[in-house]
Amino acid sequence: MTRFLALRSAACLLACALALGFPFALAQDATRGVVNVYSARHYDSDAALFGAFTEATGIAVNLIEAEADELIERIRSEGANSPADLIITVDAGRLWRAQEAGLLEAVDSAALEAAIPASLRHPEGLWFGLAKRARVIVYDREKVDAGELSSYLDLADPKWQGRICIRSSSNVYNQSLLAAMIAHYGAAEAEAWAQGLVNNLARAPQGGDTDQIKAVVAGECDLAVVNDYYLARLLADAASGDPQDPASAEVAERIGLFFPNQDAEGVHVNISGAALVAGAPNRENAVALLEYLATPAAQALFAEGSYEYPVVAGAEADPIVTGFGAFEEDALNLSALGENSAEAVRIMDRVGWP
Amino acid sequence: MRNSFPLTRAPARAPAGRARPVGWSLALWLIALVVAAPILLVLGSLFVPQGETWRHLAETVLPRYLVNSLLLTLGVGAGTALIGTATAWLVTMCRFPGRRLLEWALLLPMAFPAYILAYVYTDALQYAGPLQSALRSSFGLSAGEYFFPDIRSLGGAVLLLVLAFYPYVYLLARSAFLSQSLSLLEASICLCSGPWESFRRVSLPLARPAIMAGVALALMETLSDFGTVEYFGVQTFTTGIYRTWFGMGERVAAAQLAAWLLVFVLALLALERRSRRTLLLPRGELSRLKPLRRYPLAPASALLALAACATPVLLGFVLPALRLTALALGNADWSPSAALWTYARHSLLLGGVGALAAVLVAVVLAYGRRVEPSFANRALARIAAMGYAVPGSVIAVSVVIGFGWLDARLNALGAPLGLTPGLLLSGSVAGLVFAYLVRFLTSAYGAVETGLERINPNLDDAGRSLGHRSLSRLGRIHLPLLRGSLLTAALLVFADIIKELPATLIVRPFNFDTLAVRVYRLASDERLLEASGGALLIVLVGLLPVTVLSSAIAASRRRE
Repeated sequence: MTRFLALRSAACLLACALALGFPFALAQDATRGVVNVYSARHYDSDAALFGAFTEATGIAVNLIEAEADELIERIRSEGANSPADLIITVDAGRLWRAQEAGLLEAVDSAALEAAIPASLRHPEGLWFGLAKRARVIVYDREKVDAGELSSYLDLADPKWQGRICIRSSSNVYNQSLLAAMIAHYGAAEAEAWAQGLVNNLARAPQGGDTDQIKAVVAGECDLAVVNDYYLARLLADAASGDPQDPASAEVAERIGLFFPNQDAEGVHVNISGAALVAGAPNRENAVALLEYLATPAAQALFAEGSYEYPVVAGAEADPIVTGFGAFEEDALNLSALGENSAEAVRIMDRVGWP
Repeated sequence: MRNSFPLTRAPARAPAGRARPVGWSLALWLIALVVAAPILLVLGSLFVPQGETWRHLAETVLPRYLVNSLLLTLGVGAGTALIGTATAWLVTMCRFPGRRLLEWALLLPMAFPAYILAYVYTDALQYAGPLQSALRSSFGLSAGEYFFPDIRSLGGAVLLLVLAFYPYVYLLARSAFLSQSLSLLEASICLCSGPWESFRRVSLPLARPAIMAGVALALMETLSDFGTVEYFGVQTFTTGIYRTWFGMGERVAAAQLAAWLLVFVLALLALERRSRRTLLLPRGELSRLKPLRRYPLAPASALLALAACATPVLLGFVLPALRLTALALGNADWSPSAALWTYARHSLLLGGVGALAAVLVAVVLAYGRRVEPSFANRALARIAAMGYAVPGSVIAVSVVIGFGWLDARLNALGAPLGLTPGLLLSGSVAGLVFAYLVRFLTSAYGAVETGLERINPNLDDAGRSLGHRSLSRLGRIHLPLLRGSLLTAALLVFADIIKELPATLIVRPFNFDTLAVRVYRLASDERLLEASGGALLIVLVGLLPVTVLSSAIAASRRRE
């Protein structure tokens, strides 16, 4: 009788898996109105926001999250049959790439044009920025005087030799920063700058932006280039009264934030942005969601969960982020990030930025 | 028919001159072509000229990618072979305290996705982490005054990948050792001098195909690993593929890099098979009437054996699991919510269906190849089972492209009849299971194939002479004998699917999150603390098949 014990237990396991998963098949009923979102943003606050949208309009939001380039490939291969209405990315360069692939359709909306500053949206309405973040310098207040800091270009100066931490050049934030520098100064000067920066690195790039901030605290380097919200998150943790991250208290104590390029083009910003997919089956609902995301109330929620800056006047960022102070931002239209990002990667390869 | 060991040259060929049924060839070709289509799509990219991009890569980063990937491969290959084989032999052949517990505990690291292991170790060993903080406070040191090895390095990546992947070798090597004939071992002990010689000269060569199959799995997994090396800042061929694709927007050039990786792995496997051909392997012990007698170890040796087997379990499972639990409990935001339950259900559903599909297809391919071992059949089955060596995103996007094309054709066909069903495959659960099949058939096929190789071809002939056709022989002879191998195959695929990320992300339907997706969402945003709850759940769900199936495998081996 025990002959088939093994097979039976395997069958049991399978049956359990099937039984557990089965209710999913039944749960897939469709509401009248839907909007299908392909998103590269991964925040629980977004899900809450979509829930609020459904409550306000009765339009259900269907969501797939993946990396932007994969989403672009999926929309491309699904072609005319694609259910995609909106694509959301966390980088302007990716929106540009979708645009280049001919996947986007212009939205003509007075509400969006009025709400979102011109540099943060496509001139013809192919995509719209919904939240922005600044790429800033964080430094150890004991070792660096804020007066020594000035611009991104200055980071290539030999006085910073062995003192800078920055993450891998495979990361899109660095690629976009270099793309912006190519737009401003030309490829040759940007390459010379990248070479100088690499010469000044304190260690081979590793980890994410949070890890760069922690490396400054650990004394591995004196300053690091990071997105501001990573610092905001650590500060929020330190201020929470019950810090989860053992490093956050020391970060709050020792780290200063500097907005570079205030005397030049302004600090480099990038966006979380959204675009209408060409041939979207639920075009009107998609535009409704876009316009909803650009309302001050939604903006506050959209930016708060990620410690980003809202793009719409009248919406407030998280108090910790506003505490960083006001700054001049680069007015470069973000299309330039996409146009120059491939060149940026080639430069990084050439100068040996790992 | 008891304990006979006809020595034949491997691989055995079916006796010539018999009428061969074409049915198996047809089934093999149909299934293998469908499964191999996305892989062939990747290989096909080699015919699209991308000269300029290649020149740039060759002049700048390619040498570094190659060196790092090679070092990683060598390190992980040597490490997994050593740990996997040694522990498998110790728990199978020797007697020492804790052996029974370790026999299944050695599988536990399988439940940990490698990138989660990387996050946990980095968190524990970083400057502000518990270990360094304790060191500083107890010795009164401050930053920069002491040396501490950096886990985020090539060496660290080798260490963690060995810990994550040695169970592949262990699992296959153990089943090989278990199925070795007692009489053969007894004879070898008489002829050789003691257990060590017997291991070196008899057990090890006999288990070599299984060990190599395990090492091959570990290496393919290493070469397609992205999460760990990316986080550690080690530039490998795979990070290069993603960089070429995501950074430079050169998807075709990225696919070409992946195709070369595939060619390299294929060549490596062919080389290994070739070297194995010179071995004389006994095929098909039918029964082992006496229970295996394990060598009793002297206290000192027993202690050593215990330490050798316990270390990988401690480092690869116990310590990281404890740390993860501490993180999850300390994180106020985490509580077992209804949403997590839904994620777990989706993971289990996909794991169960995917494992079943992979085992079915693996049996058709491996048995079809056995019944009709033509060159074309062998080659096709092998290519279909190569998905493991392609980085996840590349193969997943190949699947998506294939589905998009097929859906468009179907709609075009139906259009004159007024039938335009839209997307049937793209973004469906069935599509997702297919993507898993493409990616994980390798491990299922490997397990089934090595299992079939151990079945004496004389049995096939006996069945044939009794008038049983191939399908009936499969049901009456091979499947019952393969029980352990089938369960091993299911276990490997189940555990892989629970951890799988890239294909799940991009092929899945709307609003269909799994545990792995959940953890990725948090971890990709550097919110490791918040990810710890979900990560723990992945590990726990991954444990389920590990424990159930490993005990089932042990039970089935005992009865054989």
